[in-house]
Amino acid sequence: MQTESARLRIKTWICATVVVLSNVFGNFFLKRGMPPRLNGPLEYITVLFEPWVSLGVLLLILWLLSRMALLSWADLSYVLPVTSVGYVLVALVGKVLLHEQITGRRWAGILLIVAGVALVSGGTSPQTAKIHAGSAAP
Amino acid sequence: MRWVWIGVIVAATTAGEVMQAMGMRRHGEIRDFRPGALGRAMAVLARNRFVIGSVIAMAVSFFANIGLLSIAELSFAVPATAVTYVMETVLAKYVLKENVNRLRWAGASLVICGVALVSL
Repeated sequence: MQTESARLRIKTWICATVVVLSNVFGNFFLKRGMPPRLNGPLEYITVLFEPWVSLGVLLLILWLLSRMALLSWADLSYVLPVTSVGYVLVALVGKVLLHEQITGRRWAGILLIVAGVALVSGGTSPQTAKIHAGSAAP
Repeated sequence: MRWVWIGVIVAATTAGEVMQAMGMRRHGEIRDFRPGALGRAMAVLARNRFVIGSVIAMAVSFFANIGLLSIAELSFAVPATAVTYVMETVLAKYVLKENVNRLRWAGASLVICGVALVSL
């Protein structure tokens, strides 16, 4: 049982790491390749063939697939907080690589978001939904 | 305009992620990560209506995200869409029947405050 639990925990962390990194860098490459302004619906399609945007799209496809795999055994209410570390990484990537301004207020907001999702994750194991699957939760 | 994009992203992401969770829960745990087995799993998932619905909703969210990223900073765009956490927590309780206790509601409230701070 303990081996099964350890297997699931390791598998969960590996998959969650892929989910977080593919999302953060997928968004980063999208932003990097994005022109200053998109005019008309056609440009929303043609912009997908910009090299950086294409790389971003590939990473976001990886994000979608890895998240689906993670949700095949973990609860949504577990996956949400665990992957929230992405908000901090996005802020760091925006600051370090895109030289975006992050004000004190925005940092405080990001910290509140992380604190919130940490609270949400309190006491949640990856598969609590299975416990309630057979009986109606109060 | 950025708030219109955020509204579309939040609605589409919430619907997409909840349907994704429902679809994957129905499918069951993916244990075999070899390419052939993954291909077979994807063939099965391609016929799962919740997964199909989630992919459509996420495609809408993706194009709205492109629209938002073209006019807003990355460090604004991604945290501002975190309001989906609150929507998904509500749906996790009432649709997915997960156990959402007081701590989780408090956490959802903190997320709202964080989003407000990031967006002001």
